[in-house]
Amino acid sequence: MSLPTSLPSLTITAVRDGLRKKDFSAQELTQAALAFARAENPKTNAYLTFSPERALAAAAKVDSEIAKGFTMGALAGVPLGVKDVIVTKGLRTTCGSRILENYIPPYDATAVSRLEDEGAIVIGKMNCDEFAMGSSNENSAYGPVRNPRALDRVPGGSSGGSAAAVAQGTAVITLGSDTGGSIRQPASFCGVVGVTPTYGRVSRYGLVAFASSLDHIGPFARNVEDCATVLHVMAGRDDQDATSAFAPIDDYNALMKHPAKGLKLGLPTEYFEGLTSETGAVIDAAVKQLESLGCEIRTISLPRTKYALSCYYIIATAEASSNLARYDGVRYTIREDGATLSDMYRNTRGCGFGAEVKRRIMLGTYVLSAGYYDAYYKKAQQVRTLIARDFSEAFKDVDAILAPVSPFPAFKIGEKVDDPLTMYLSDIYTLTGDLAGVPCMSVPCGQSSDGLPIGLQIFAKHFDEATMFRVAYNYEQATSR
Amino acid sequence: MNLSEKEVRYVADLANLRLSNEEVLRMQQDLGHILTHIEQLNALDTANVEPMAQVLFDADETATLREDIPHRPLTNQDALANAICSGAGYYKVPKVIERA
Repeated sequence: MSLPTSLPSLTITAVRDGLRKKDFSAQELTQAALAFARAENPKTNAYLTFSPERALAAAAKVDSEIAKGFTMGALAGVPLGVKDVIVTKGLRTTCGSRILENYIPPYDATAVSRLEDEGAIVIGKMNCDEFAMGSSNENSAYGPVRNPRALDRVPGGSSGGSAAAVAQGTAVITLGSDTGGSIRQPASFCGVVGVTPTYGRVSRYGLVAFASSLDHIGPFARNVEDCATVLHVMAGRDDQDATSAFAPIDDYNALMKHPAKGLKLGLPTEYFEGLTSETGAVIDAAVKQLESLGCEIRTISLPRTKYALSCYYIIATAEASSNLARYDGVRYTIREDGATLSDMYRNTRGCGFGAEVKRRIMLGTYVLSAGYYDAYYKKAQQVRTLIARDFSEAFKDVDAILAPVSPFPAFKIGEKVDDPLTMYLSDIYTLTGDLAGVPCMSVPCGQSSDGLPIGLQIFAKHFDEATMFRVAYNYEQATSR
Repeated sequence: MNLSEKEVRYVADLANLRLSNEEVLRMQQDLGHILTHIEQLNALDTANVEPMAQVLFDADETATLREDIPHRPLTNQDALANAICSGAGYYKVPKVIERA
C-alpha cells in the first residue's frame, strides 16, 4: 500500500490493519500524513498549526508498543486534527482569535488525552471561526477555510477546518465543537460524517467556553463507524467537568450493525419549510431509502422550531458575554496599553476580538443588562424548555428523527458575510439539537446538481447515540453498495 | 428597531469593549435587526414554564459531586506563562488606584 496516495481514503480500521501487517509503521504514517497535510494546506487553510514533534513522539510510542507485542490502542497511529478551541498542552491554541495569538495551554483537554491514550496522533490544530462563532469559517482571524469540494465556497462553520481536513484526506479523524450546529453543518457542507453527542456525554474540560450550557465536543470522520469509535473512546464521566454524565456508554460499533428494520423514524414538518428544492429532493430520497430498509416513517411536529433561532441567540450570546470576559489583557498573550486598567481592558478587547465576536458580546451584554433580563434571558430559557419538551414528546412515538442539516448546500465565500441575521438563518435546523441537548449527527446523503454535498441529520433520545448510529450506519451501507 | 448610539456606547462600556465610531453605527443596525427578530418570542405564552438553565437528566442531587481529594494545581510559573506582563510571581496591570 502506497501511503501518500491512500491517505485520503484511510480509515481507522485500515490504519490498524496496516500497522498489524507491517505495511507501514506509525512513524512512517505520521511523516506521510504531516507531509501531505502541509502540502495540501495552501488550498484550504484548514490547519493553523502543525505539531510534528508531538506527533512523531506519539508515533514512536505506538511503534515501540507494537514491537513489544502490546495490545494496540483503539486509535493506534490514527492521524488526528483538533479544532483550535480545544486546548493542547504546549501546543498553540488560538481559538481562531487574535486575542489568543500566542496562547500555549498548560494542560490537555480530556477528550484529547483520551484519544491520545488510545494511540491517536495529534498532527495539528484546525482553523475555525473565532471562538466557534460563525457558520462559514469566515470569522477566523487567520483567514477563511476553503471547501475542498469547491474551493470558492465555505466549508461551513464553525468547525470548518476540521470538516475540510477530513474531506480533503489530510486527517483520518478530527475533533470539532458544536454549540448551534458547528459540527453538523460543516460536515454536511464538506460531505463527511459529523457527530454532536448528547450534552454531557463528552467532557468539556479543555474546550474553551463559548456557551457552556450548549457546548459539545464531537468527532468528524469519513464514515459512521470511525465516528462511533472516536466517540466511544472520548465518552464518559470526567470529574473535571461537573456536567459530564455518568450514563453507561453503549457499544456503538456493535449496536449500530443491527438492521434498521422496524425503527420508527419521525419527519418533522417544520424542518421541510424554507429549504431549497434540491436539498428537499435529496433528503426525500434518503428517507425513502430508509423506508425501503424496513423503517417506519411517521410525520411528526416539533411546533416550537421557529423560535429556536431567537432563543439560541439570546442564550448563547448571554453565556458568551460572560465566558469571554476573561480575555482582558492580563492573563493571555495580547495587551493594548491604556492609561488606566479600564482603558487597557477596553483597548485590548477592542483590538483583539473580531466583528462577530464583538457583536455577540454586545448582544449578550444587552440581554443580560439591568431591566432586560426577564424580557430576554429568562424568556429564552422558558422557550428552551418548550423546545426540549417538543423533542421529549416526539420521542414517545419515534426512535429517531430525520431532517435536513441546512436549508442549502455550501454557499460562496463572501456571500453572506455582510448580513449577520441571514448567516444565522443557515443554522435553523441545527440549533434545536443543542438547545434540547439530544444527540444528533450529519451523514452524507447526496449532492446538489453542481456537485455540492448534502447531509442528512439524525436526532435521537438523550444518550441513545447507538440508535442514531444504527440509522446512519444502515443508511450508509445501503447507499455505498 | 435600531438601538440608539447612547445605548450602544453604554453596553460597550459594560462589556469593556472599545468600539470605533463606525463600529458603533454598524452595531446600532445589526443589534437592532437581531432584536427585532427576537421579538417573535413574545408570541409564545411562557407564563407557567420553568426556565431551562442547563440540560438535566435523571440523577441524584449529589451525583456530580466528586470526592474532595487534594491535588497539585497549576504552578505559579505555569499560570503566569501566557501573561504579557508579569513579575515576582504576579500579573502586572496598570495602576488602579485612581478608579473612584
